[in-house]
Amino acid sequence: MTRSRLLPLAGFALTAVALFAVAPAVLSDFRLSLLARYLCFAIVAVGIALAWGRGGMLTLGQGLFFGLGGYAMAMHLKLADAGPDGLPDFMLLYGTGGELPWWWEPFRSPVFALAAVLVLPMTLAALIGFLVFRRRVRGAYFAILSQALAAAFALLLIGQQATTGGTNGLTNFQGFFGFALADPLNKRMVYFVIAAALLAVLLITRQLFHSRYGELLVAVRDSEERVRFLGYDPALVKLAAYTVSAGMAGLAGALFVPAVGIISPALIGIVPSIQFVIGAAIGGRASLAGAALGAIAVAWAQTTLSEEFPAAWTYFQAGLFIAVIAFLPGGLASLRHHLTRRRTRATRPRPPTGTPAAEGAPA
Amino acid sequence: MTVLIGQSFTGISIGAVLLLIALGLSLTFGQMGVINMAHGEFIMSGAYTTYVLQQHLTDAGTSLLLALPAAFAVAGTLGIVLERTLIRRLYTRPLDTLLVTWGVSLLLQQLARDIFGAPNVQTSTPGWLTGRITLFGGEHPVTLSHARLFILTLAVAAVVALTLTLRLTPLGRRIRAVVQHRELAEASGIATARVDRTTFFIGSGLAGVAGVALTLVGPIGPTMGTNIIIDAFLVVVVGGIGRLRGAVVAAFALGVLQALVEYSTTVSLAKVTVLIAIVAFLQWRPQGISTVRTRSLA
Amino acid sequence: MTAPTASTAPAPPADPAALAVRDLRVTFDGFTAVDGVDLDVAPGDLRFLIGPNGAGKTTLVDAVTGLAPATGSVRFAGRELLGRPVHRIARLGIGRTFQTATVFEQLTVLQNLDIAAGAGRSVTTLLRRRRHLPEAVAAALETTALTAHRDRLAGTLAHGRKQWLEIGMLLVQDVRLLLLDEPVAGMSHPEREATGELLHRIAADRTVVVIEHDMDFLRSFARSVTVLHAGRVLSEGTVEQVRADPRVQEVYLGEPALTAPAGGEA
Repeated sequence: MTRSRLLPLAGFALTAVALFAVAPAVLSDFRLSLLARYLCFAIVAVGIALAWGRGGMLTLGQGLFFGLGGYAMAMHLKLADAGPDGLPDFMLLYGTGGELPWWWEPFRSPVFALAAVLVLPMTLAALIGFLVFRRRVRGAYFAILSQALAAAFALLLIGQQATTGGTNGLTNFQGFFGFALADPLNKRMVYFVIAAALLAVLLITRQLFHSRYGELLVAVRDSEERVRFLGYDPALVKLAAYTVSAGMAGLAGALFVPAVGIISPALIGIVPSIQFVIGAAIGGRASLAGAALGAIAVAWAQTTLSEEFPAAWTYFQAGLFIAVIAFLPGGLASLRHHLTRRRTRATRPRPPTGTPAAEGAPA
Repeated sequence: MTVLIGQSFTGISIGAVLLLIALGLSLTFGQMGVINMAHGEFIMSGAYTTYVLQQHLTDAGTSLLLALPAAFAVAGTLGIVLERTLIRRLYTRPLDTLLVTWGVSLLLQQLARDIFGAPNVQTSTPGWLTGRITLFGGEHPVTLSHARLFILTLAVAAVVALTLTLRLTPLGRRIRAVVQHRELAEASGIATARVDRTTFFIGSGLAGVAGVALTLVGPIGPTMGTNIIIDAFLVVVVGGIGRLRGAVVAAFALGVLQALVEYSTTVSLAKVTVLIAIVAFLQWRPQGISTVRTRSLA
Repeated sequence: MTAPTASTAPAPPADPAALAVRDLRVTFDGFTAVDGVDLDVAPGDLRFLIGPNGAGKTTLVDAVTGLAPATGSVRFAGRELLGRPVHRIARLGIGRTFQTATVFEQLTVLQNLDIAAGAGRSVTTLLRRRRHLPEAVAAALETTALTAHRDRLAGTLAHGRKQWLEIGMLLVQDVRLLLLDEPVAGMSHPEREATGELLHRIAADRTVVVIEHDMDFLRSFARSVTVLHAGRVLSEGTVEQVRADPRVQEVYLGEPALTAPAGGEA
C-alpha cells in the first residue's frame, strides 16, 4: 500500500528533476526548444489519456482545441507586436482596410487572452459534449464527429485569410508578454513554463484518475447504461472529462505558440489531430506516463527520422501504430503489466484498455 | 430562382460523389460495425488503376470503362486482404479498428507516393464526357457537365445494383440476416465469416469505382482519399446504419445543403454550416435517418 | 385481485414504497410487447413475475425503469415514473439487475459497490480519493459474502458471485424498489437458497419484484405471483392460487414444473 503511494511520488520527483535540472543542463538551446515542443504534445496526450483511455471517448479532433488555445495566444502576441496603427503585420499585407475585426479587439488584453486559452476550448467542448453525449452519440459516431469538427475548423481558418492569416497561420512573434523571444534566455524561460505546465497537468490528471470520479469514468466507459441505472447521468460524467481534456489541449496550443513561433491550420487539422492520438496509443492510452512519454517519443522520432528517411519513417510509424493497437492495446506501458502477469500465472487475456498500469512515473 | 435550381444540381452532383463513396462505408459499417479509415485509400487505388490503364491504353474512353471493373477488383482485393489480416481480429473493438485502419491508410498513401510519386497526376477525360448539357437557358443558365452526369448515373446504378443484390440474391439475404442478428444468423448455419469477407469485398470494390469517378472531376494523388472521406463518413453518421435508403437521402441532402450555403457564403463556411446542421440533426435522431432496431441494450 | 381493474382507476394513495402500474403498454415497431398491464406491489411483498418467453416480463421492467418508452402510468411512492430519464428514476429509489449479470468488470468489487453507493455525492467528494470504506459498502460486502474478494476485479468473479455483487450494488444504492431479472440463473442449489433468504430479508422493508423461470425457487420464496402471458396479466395471487388457476395451467401445459405437486422442499 505504501509502495503504491510512494512510487508515483518518486516518479514525479524524478520527472521534475529531469525536466528542470537535467534537460536544461545537457541540451543545447536548439534541442531544448525542440523538447519544449514535444512537451506541448505530451500535455495534449495526457488529456487524451483522460478522455479516451479512461473515458472511452476517442477524440480524433483535439486539434480543434489545440488550435483555439494556440490562436488565442497568437492573436494576443500579434497585437502586442503591432506597430502604431495597432494592426498585426499580415493584415496590412492582405489589406483589411485598416480595420481590426471586432473579434480580435478583446485579445489585446493579456488577461482576456490568457483566460481565453482555457475558456474558449473548454466552453466549446462543453457545448459539443452537451449536445452529443446527452443524445448518446458515442463510439465511432463521436470519433468521426470530433474529427469533422477539427477539419472544419482548419478549413474555416484557411478560408478567412484576411483575418486569420489563412494557410500561413500566425507567425513571426517578437515578444512574449514583454520578453523578447529572440533572446535565448527567454526561450529557456518558455521551456520552463511548459515543463511546469506539463507537471501540473500530470498532477491534476493523476488526482482525477485516482479519485472516485476516475472510477466512475471507467465505469461509464465500460457500461454507460449500467451507470445510468445507478442514478448517475453518464453524459455529465463524460462531459467533464472531455471538457478537461479540451482545456489541456488548449493550454498546450497556447504554449506551443511562443515555443515554436507559429500556429497554422496545418498544425490542427485531421492529420495532426490523429498524430496526437498516436503518441498516446503507442505509449499507453490509459496510463499517464505511457501517454506522455509516448507523445514525446513519437514527436522526437518524427523530427529526427522523418527528415532523413521520410518514407521509411512513415512505414515504421504506421506499422508500429497498427501493431500496438492490434496486439498491445494497452500500449507499451502495459508491457510491464503483461510480463509480470505472465510470470505469476497464465490468466486469460483481458480485453483492451483500462490496464491500470504504471502511471505516475514519466521519467 | 434558376440560380437556386442550378446550385441544387451542383449539390446533387456533389451528393452523387459522396454517395458512391459512402455506399461501401455504409455497407461495412452496417454489417460489421467497422469504420474503415483506409476506405479513402481504396478510392485512391481505384483512381490510380484508371491512371495506369490509361497509360497503357491510349483511348481515354475504353480505359475509363475498363477501369470500372478493374478498380472494383483492385480495391476489393485490398479490402479482403485488410479484412483477413487485421479487421477480423478486432471485431469486438470497433474504435481500435478505426485507428488500425487509419494506420493502414498511412501505409497505403506512402506506398502510392513511392510508386507514383508525390505530385498529383491527371487522366484525360474521354471526348464523350467533355461537353455539358443546358437544362435552362437565359440569364443564369443551368448546365450540367457530362462528367457530372456520368457520376450521377454511376451512383444511381451502384445503388440499384446493390439494392437488387441485397433484396434478391441468396448472398443478399445472408448479408441482411447478419446485419439484423449476427448470433442468430450464425446459429442458423450462415457462415458469417464468409459473408463478412464478401461484404468487405463489395464495399471496398465500390470505393474503387468511386475512385474511377473522381478522376473525372479532380487530380489523382496520394492524399486524395483523406480529403473527401470525412464527408463520406458524415453521410454514414447521418444516414444511420443498416439500410441503404438512409445513405442515399443523407448524401443528397448534405450535397445540396453544401452547394446552397456555398453559393451565399464560402466553401469553408458551408462546411461548418453543414456540420452544425448535422449536430442539430443528431439531437433529433441520434441514430441517423434509418436504423435496424434490435432488442439489445446497446 | 386476479383480473385487471378498470384502467382509468386513479393511483392509490401514496404508500411509502408501493408500485402501482396502470394500463401499461409498450410497442416496438408495431409489435405490442406489453399490452395494458395493471400491477400493484406493496412494500414488504416479494412478488414473482412469471410467464412464458415473450410474455413481456423483461419489457415490463424496462418500462418501469425508463429503458423502454411506454404509455399508461407507473407510480412509485406516489410519483409518476413514465417520461422520466433512466437516472432520475433510479434516484427515486428504484434499482434493477439484468438477465446477464452486469457489473463493471475492470473495477474491483469494492469500487463497484462504492460507485453504486454514490449517486448523490457532491463534486468535491467525487474529486477526492476514497479515504475509508463507507458503512453501507462494508455492510453490503458482509451481506453478500464478498468481503474476502473486495479487491478483486469484478470481471474475474465467478458467475454466481457477480450476481451477488449486483444485488449488493442495489443494497448500497439503498433502493426502495428492486426489480431483479432472473437473479438465480446459473447458480448452484446452495447459492439459490442463500439468495432466496437474502431476498426475504431485503423484502422486509422494501418492495421486491423478481422475474424468474425457476419454479422450485419460486415455490420456496415467492410471497405472491403475477403470471404474464402475451403482454397481459393472466393471473395473480399466492403461489397456491396461481397454481390452481386453470388459465395458468393451460398456458403452462407441458411445463410441469408449476403444475406438479410442490413436494417437500417448500
